[in-house]
Amino acid sequence: MTKASERAFVRMEQVGHCYDPAAGNMAVQQIDLEIHRHEFVAVVGPSGCGKSTLLRMVAGLLIPSAGKVSVFDRQVTEPRDDVGIVFQKPTLLPWLTVRDNVLFPLKHKYGLVTAADKVRAEELLAMAGLAQFSARMPDELSGGMQQRVGIVRALLLNPDILLMDEPFSALDAMTREQIGFDLLDIWTEHPKTVLFITHSISEAVLLADRVLVMSQRPGTVLDLIEIDIPRPRSSATINSPRFAELTARIRKHIYEPEVHA
Amino acid sequence: MSQKSMPNKTALSDKATLAIRQWLLNYASALFFIVFVVMWELICRFGKVPVYILPSPVSIVNAFFDVEFSRWLEHLWATLRVALMGFALSICISIPLAIAMVRSEVLSRTIYPALVVIQSTPVVAVAPLIIVLMGTGDMSRVLITCLITFFPLVVSTATGMLETPEELIELSKSLRAPRYRETWQIRIPYAIPHIFSGLKVSITLAIIGAVVAEFVAAEKGLGYFIQFSTSFFKIPQAFAGLIFLAVVSLVLFKSVQWAQQWLYPWSIPKNKR
Repeated sequence: MTKASERAFVRMEQVGHCYDPAAGNMAVQQIDLEIHRHEFVAVVGPSGCGKSTLLRMVAGLLIPSAGKVSVFDRQVTEPRDDVGIVFQKPTLLPWLTVRDNVLFPLKHKYGLVTAADKVRAEELLAMAGLAQFSARMPDELSGGMQQRVGIVRALLLNPDILLMDEPFSALDAMTREQIGFDLLDIWTEHPKTVLFITHSISEAVLLADRVLVMSQRPGTVLDLIEIDIPRPRSSATINSPRFAELTARIRKHIYEPEVHA
Repeated sequence: MSQKSMPNKTALSDKATLAIRQWLLNYASALFFIVFVVMWELICRFGKVPVYILPSPVSIVNAFFDVEFSRWLEHLWATLRVALMGFALSICISIPLAIAMVRSEVLSRTIYPALVVIQSTPVVAVAPLIIVLMGTGDMSRVLITCLITFFPLVVSTATGMLETPEELIELSKSLRAPRYRETWQIRIPYAIPHIFSGLKVSITLAIIGAVVAEFVAAEKGLGYFIQFSTSFFKIPQAFAGLIFLAVVSLVLFKSVQWAQQWLYPWSIPKNKR
């Protein structure tokens, strides 16, 4: 099934993690997952199932206590340069303008920002529809706009992998749907390998190529579902029968886990 | 009928109550102050309170103007000089110390107990010893002031730095940025609101420190002036000195607030800007 050019970009093999070895209870265990280049994979599961733990392992912020995480056939042992992270809260720096917030990763990593970087930041902001806000302070923006700035910030270093940790969970339902489509637009224009953590089943189905369904703690893989809904997807997608089928299948896993145990 | 007109009526009276409420909110403290001073004056006048127990506001104002302005300035400068130098020294010591403590767990565990011991020792009791040790010059008074002001600054700076959102620290780690940039570009700016609340506490403590030092040994300064006036039973004059001191303290406190507003407007919540 996998073509040579599409070999696994991110690979997890029998990955497990235990935050407290003394107590011995695993946060996640026996996770096997392969993500292809420029694939959009969403992870859903009940809260506390270790979704964010997975993300932190790919980011190199956390080294798994069992198994192995590798990116492009190299084991992840420390944070990598080709990874951008979008957090649950936008976590913009309140003392910097929107543009300087976008430039912050560069300033923070290398200590300097060139004129070309500034142009790139403005371009990315324009792409996210935030061109006229680049000189504003973060607290002058709505929650949805702030999170879009957070996404733009993650794109600045042009990462191959975009890790998103429940990025829209703090937003209201309508903003949330819109920003999801905005993300898909950005992703189409700048293809990335995306690992998207969410607790919204419909969001996962709407956005992803494949959805990984995780169990209660200790988190294990319950199912890995191919989302065969054609792109581009729109709000009409939500009303399609296939969408209903797929969300129902995931919901079943979450609410009746014993059936598949 | 009455049911129909009811909502309008309540709306109107609600509006009036709101206006009165707003007015009270705006002027309540000024109003209270005026009533307080007038009551004070009346009690002193008609209650036949001896002036050495409680001088009336009018006699205090008179006492203030009886003292030459240049003498006030002399005393003010002596106190202000010590307070500001002690405050500055305290900033120079406590902020780097807090940064070092946040960065190094070992250092934090080593130094923190010592800081608590220093803080729990009454500075008033230590002040005479410091004077004996370092002489009656400005330096010993500055040191006393510094001792009284530095603890809140260390604690507030460290607290602010530790309250930086975990995600930002992760962002910094994921970028593999050098540690000093994490401190300078993330933690310290995040601590600014906390640092300023520490500075506001410290600046008023600085005046207390300077006055305590003057009580022990000085031949100038507002603290010295109050003590000297009291020992000569010039009670209205002592009160004038006390009120002057309070005003100075208040102005310094406000200056710190203004400095924050001017330098770091983002650090003040939007509805208070």
